[in-house]
Amino acid sequence: MAKQIKVSLIGNPNTGKTSVFNLLTGLNQQVGNYPGITVEKKEGVCKLSRGVKAHILDLPGTYSLNASSLDENVVIELLLNRSDKDFPDVAVVVSDVENLKRNLLLFTQIKDLEIPTILVINMADRMIKKGISLDIPLLEKELNTKIALISARKSEGIDKLKELIESYTSLSKKPCVNALSFAPEYFDKLQKAFPDQSLYKLWLVITQDINFRKVDKQEISITSDFEIKSKSELKRLQQKETIKRYQFINTILKKGLTIDQKAATGMRERLDRILTHKFWGYFIFLVILLVMFQAIYDWSSYPMDLIDESFAWLSEATREILPSGPLVDLITEGIIPGLGGIVIFIPQIAFLFLFISILEESGYMSRVVFLMDRIMRRFGLSGKSVVPLVSGTACAIPAVMATRNIENWKERLITILVVPFTTCAARLPVYLIIIALVIPDEKVGWIFSYQSLTLMLLYFLGFGTAVGSAWILNKVLKIKSKSYFVIEMPGYKVPLFKNVAINVIEKTKAFVFGAGKIILAISIILWVLASFGPNENFNNAEEIISELHPNLAQEELDHKIASYKLEYSFIGYAGKAIEPIVSPLGYDWKIGIGIISSFAAREVFVGTLATIYSVGSEEEETIKNRMASEVNSQTGGPLFNLASGISLLLFYAFAMQCMSTLAIVKRETNTWKWPMTQLIFMSIFAYGVALIAYQVLK
Amino acid sequence: MKTTIATLKRGQRALISEITSDSIPLKLLEMGCLPGNEVELLQIAPFQCPMYLNINGSHLAIRKEIAAQIEVEII
Repeated sequence: MAKQIKVSLIGNPNTGKTSVFNLLTGLNQQVGNYPGITVEKKEGVCKLSRGVKAHILDLPGTYSLNASSLDENVVIELLLNRSDKDFPDVAVVVSDVENLKRNLLLFTQIKDLEIPTILVINMADRMIKKGISLDIPLLEKELNTKIALISARKSEGIDKLKELIESYTSLSKKPCVNALSFAPEYFDKLQKAFPDQSLYKLWLVITQDINFRKVDKQEISITSDFEIKSKSELKRLQQKETIKRYQFINTILKKGLTIDQKAATGMRERLDRILTHKFWGYFIFLVILLVMFQAIYDWSSYPMDLIDESFAWLSEATREILPSGPLVDLITEGIIPGLGGIVIFIPQIAFLFLFISILEESGYMSRVVFLMDRIMRRFGLSGKSVVPLVSGTACAIPAVMATRNIENWKERLITILVVPFTTCAARLPVYLIIIALVIPDEKVGWIFSYQSLTLMLLYFLGFGTAVGSAWILNKVLKIKSKSYFVIEMPGYKVPLFKNVAINVIEKTKAFVFGAGKIILAISIILWVLASFGPNENFNNAEEIISELHPNLAQEELDHKIASYKLEYSFIGYAGKAIEPIVSPLGYDWKIGIGIISSFAAREVFVGTLATIYSVGSEEEETIKNRMASEVNSQTGGPLFNLASGISLLLFYAFAMQCMSTLAIVKRETNTWKWPMTQLIFMSIFAYGVALIAYQVLK
Repeated sequence: MKTTIATLKRGQRALISEITSDSIPLKLLEMGCLPGNEVELLQIAPFQCPMYLNINGSHLAIRKEIAAQIEVEII
């Protein structure tokens, strides 16, 4: 393989860095994690001219090289370590033309690391609207770099950027400002102690709070007579450094950037006046949520019905084409219904991610943070907890990771602890099928149906429980931490179709494949357990039933045999064993099996029921119809009625049935204490609430 | 009483004169909240917190406690 040019994309959040990445790499990208930590690592390949390729690494967004979070730390750790395999040949700093002043701060820091650096000035399409004009040659000279003026939105200027990347060896490695000139004595001493190290690097190592793996802070303090100053002294020096950098930036922008105030249109101001209004702001947020849930429930029902029927048909067709035998049974009764149980939820999950990425991309999410901060603080949360709580409606795992930009540890911990109460996509399969079974399919008013209102109530219930338990945790937890909160309010943008589409596809794929693997494995295990039994009752089912009911028609006889077999199979015994525990909640042993198998991942529940109810059944039928015809052996009525349905809904709303979430919470809090607390409390709470609901409603 | 960002009214502009405390996060300084820079209060959320500001061209929101530690001169 020819050598690829290694490029790191660096930039402030909200500069369109991801759009630039998408433009450079197209769909040639991979999303993974940095080893050992859960920071998302995005990389891709970009084709330059004459067969030269560039390997593009999209580093997490950061405001400066003074890291204040794990994500930001990734950037500095890579840039300080020349032996890292991803260490860039060339750094591309992406900036936003409207926030050039602030974006250049990071640029001057990167330049100080003596890495060849290209400056991308993005969103050039907004320059006319905002009355901005730039003197590019002057900026290039002053900043000692090459500039690519591009518009990722209109795909303009990207070729220029590619050219600059290709000829990176001609870029200057010299810093553009001497930012450490304000305390010559101190820095001279530092340089003398380590003559062969770059001064700015040494300074970074000294000032960072987070310990780096490769560069050893200890070494500096031990091996020399150089004395590290106290924290507040260091901070004062950092302040001076920042002021120095801004002085430089202000001087050159005075010459290189002019803004014609008259030409600037106040789109942002007008939108902000409405969207952050003390009444309309909240009202609009509520309407957006309503539309979102209506879409998830109603609009996605059409593709879902289609998928459901296709899988029922596929099972039937496979059975007809292939010769009968245990392997074919495994495919038609185990694997296909199990897979169908997950594929069916693709439309809903895609809708959910679609809404969340539009809200994020447009800049609206920050306004929600602004509106909600005060309210959330009453409950011990932060306005920034809204983002995890809203993305928790997709999946708790990215939601727990999204808590990282909450600066206050106590607020962050509480957010992590309560996020699993929000209704994640994995709960949807369970909710939808139960709602379809027990809630009447009637309209209220013109658009909303009882069913979609129930679903919305469940979302509110999850959110309410999250907030309520946060309030309790806030009273109980005794953690002292400084409250500090800074959030950028980016300009409004029409979301880029390409960015949204890539996001939706990637996230949906990750969910489906991640969950799909577990579901497939569990479906197979369940089928085996349901198709074999430990004793003669199972093996001689045909004779026993034929003797008991000598006069039945063949069809009904087959049905009786099948359920008798299931009852005396391995899984039947397992279900029976926990029946005493779940019957006060209104469940039978089959639902009990569903609960056991969904202990590790709740979305397995529907797949499990699909598998259980398919075993031994020959007719082409949808899962829902099969469940509707189940009878409760104690009451004689349908098994899934209002009481048992509500009880199941509540159980799944509150129970902690997700191994992946527990694992991620462990990783983010660095102890098993918190995930175990979640597991125990949520399970007990779920059981209690489901018990009360059934006993009251039955 | 000292004039700080927390005492500004909506739409008022001011110059940052002094940052009185060490507890101001570095991140805020890096976003342009430095002595000499201009600040405008754009919007206040219900219950006076957080405050939505335009500091030196950066649009950001901070809580009242922090705003109260940034002294300003109204212009």
